[in-house]
Amino acid sequence: MLKFDHVSKIYKGGKRAVDDLNLEIAKGEFICFIGPSGCGKTTTMKMINRLIEPTNGSIYINGENIMEKDPVQLRRKIGYVIQQIGLFPHMTIQENISLVLKLLKWPEEKRHARARELLTLVDMTPDYLEKYPHELSGGQQQRIGVLRALAADQPLILMDEPFGALDPITRDSLQEEFKKLQKKLDKTIVFVTHDMDEAIKLADRIVIMRDGQLVQCDSPDEILRNPANEFVEEFIGKDRLLQARPNIQTVEQIMNPKPITITGERTLSEAIQLMKQQRVDTLLVVDEAGVLQGFIDVEIIDQKRKKENLVKDVVETTIFTVEKDTLVRDTVRKILKRGMKYVPVVDQRHHLVGIVTRASLVDIVYDSIWGEDEVTNIG
Amino acid sequence: METIHDILNYYSQNGAYVWVQFYRQFLMSAYGVLFAAIVAIPVGILIARYHKLSTWVISLANIIQTIPALAMLAVLMLVMGLGTNTVVFSLFLYSLLPIIKNTYTGIRNVDHALLESGKAMGMTKFQVLRLVELPLAMSVIMAGLRTALVITIGIATIGTFIGAGGLGDIILRGTNVTDGTAIILAGAIPTALMAVLADVVMGWLEKKLSPNKKRKGTAIQKAA
Repeated sequence: MLKFDHVSKIYKGGKRAVDDLNLEIAKGEFICFIGPSGCGKTTTMKMINRLIEPTNGSIYINGENIMEKDPVQLRRKIGYVIQQIGLFPHMTIQENISLVLKLLKWPEEKRHARARELLTLVDMTPDYLEKYPHELSGGQQQRIGVLRALAADQPLILMDEPFGALDPITRDSLQEEFKKLQKKLDKTIVFVTHDMDEAIKLADRIVIMRDGQLVQCDSPDEILRNPANEFVEEFIGKDRLLQARPNIQTVEQIMNPKPITITGERTLSEAIQLMKQQRVDTLLVVDEAGVLQGFIDVEIIDQKRKKENLVKDVVETTIFTVEKDTLVRDTVRKILKRGMKYVPVVDQRHHLVGIVTRASLVDIVYDSIWGEDEVTNIG
Repeated sequence: METIHDILNYYSQNGAYVWVQFYRQFLMSAYGVLFAAIVAIPVGILIARYHKLSTWVISLANIIQTIPALAMLAVLMLVMGLGTNTVVFSLFLYSLLPIIKNTYTGIRNVDHALLESGKAMGMTKFQVLRLVELPLAMSVIMAGLRTALVITIGIATIGTFIGAGGLGDIILRGTNVTDGTAIILAGAIPTALMAVLADVVMGWLEKKLSPNKKRKGTAIQKAA
């Protein structure tokens, strides 16, 4: 789909922004360019739609050399999303979304229909069409920015730190939405970022660059497991490497398979007895078939013991769970970020199969520090 | 009291004449600004593109602005003779600076991210100008036209010295007769009124063309 062939960019004054880059990107692939500032990642991206012209080498899209194409026609077939969002303040959302279509001379009704259709992709109602960009929140504006890049069904989309200016919560939800959207629409995406979490979360392959050169290009897992050199290791950060221990993959492998449970028909006094016996402050509530219902903890019992008698009357049903084949690093991040004490592990049919507690995390960290060297260092 | 009475008396006797002069003066100013806009807006766009030129062009327009109005009329009169055309031409020269400067500033101040988005979406250079730069700079350009119009309405009064007519005629007559206060005022008041009116109308237009529209009338104004 996209191919860089010995591409270099030398700016006036001799600075080599991109130095002999070779890379092939397949159709439908989500590629993240990442690296410290000034590493040439944005320059590389902008060369694809000729906002910056390469000094040497050539770039091919579907086998065609982009230097032989008219830049205006080329750009109309490539979506582009930038950090500053760049919606035109004097145009309504409708006009903003369908601007490329207007450039491509689509008739008016088709443009309207397309804008409506696109809005549903991000769960926004059609009444936003008549609004102006400044009436929307930052997250909504960037959603429109993304839609604008999708408007003409461009197969290739370039994104320059699109979620960089948003607050962490909005960024998180937009990333998730966008990843789903990308899978659904099967677009090839070139994404520039300096946020490693973002790259790991979104990318099929991550391209790590330094001083205009490609340092490593691999899947997130591969990069976490086998960083090419010290620079990559440092760039990823030690804590992420810990999370990516090669011998630990899914939650099932690290969970405690025997969580302390109770059924809804038992009384509260039985529950507190069980807690005392097992030295725990929380019990997971399951039914006869082992399907997770919720949890009760010592605080709930303390508050409600005078009014209610049975466990099922006081059970707290809002509970965060993970499936047993979730990757460990995703779970660990969630536990640490949300400050949870434990996470119940369930299978596809919501049967309780185990529990991951903070003690399990200690095991992981212990393993990664001592695990491989155990024999030589301790034993 | 006496003076006001005299002025009203003057208007009742010479109403049609005052109106003709008022209209004449307005036309001279409007034509001056119009011709200036035709030249100055493209020049402003040009120097926004090649902004090495901007210092030269703006300095030149600045120099024109510093020439006293009477001197300018006198010099132009030597070349173009008496009459309205000379006045319109000098008003044209005076309008250049505010319009060029505002067009230049307006276009230079368009957010770079917007230009980049426009270009990356596949707009030609002309489309970027027409769909992005001009609409976003429009209110600043209008502010330039507004300044120009108010300046020219004032200067057009002097046109009477080279026989161009206008409200200056009435003022000049007032200075020539004894006890002409009422007549001077009868000419000066409509001039001031015209300037104020022009300012208000152009101000309204400027707001109307501001890019940050809000449907229910309360416009959030970007600092121009």
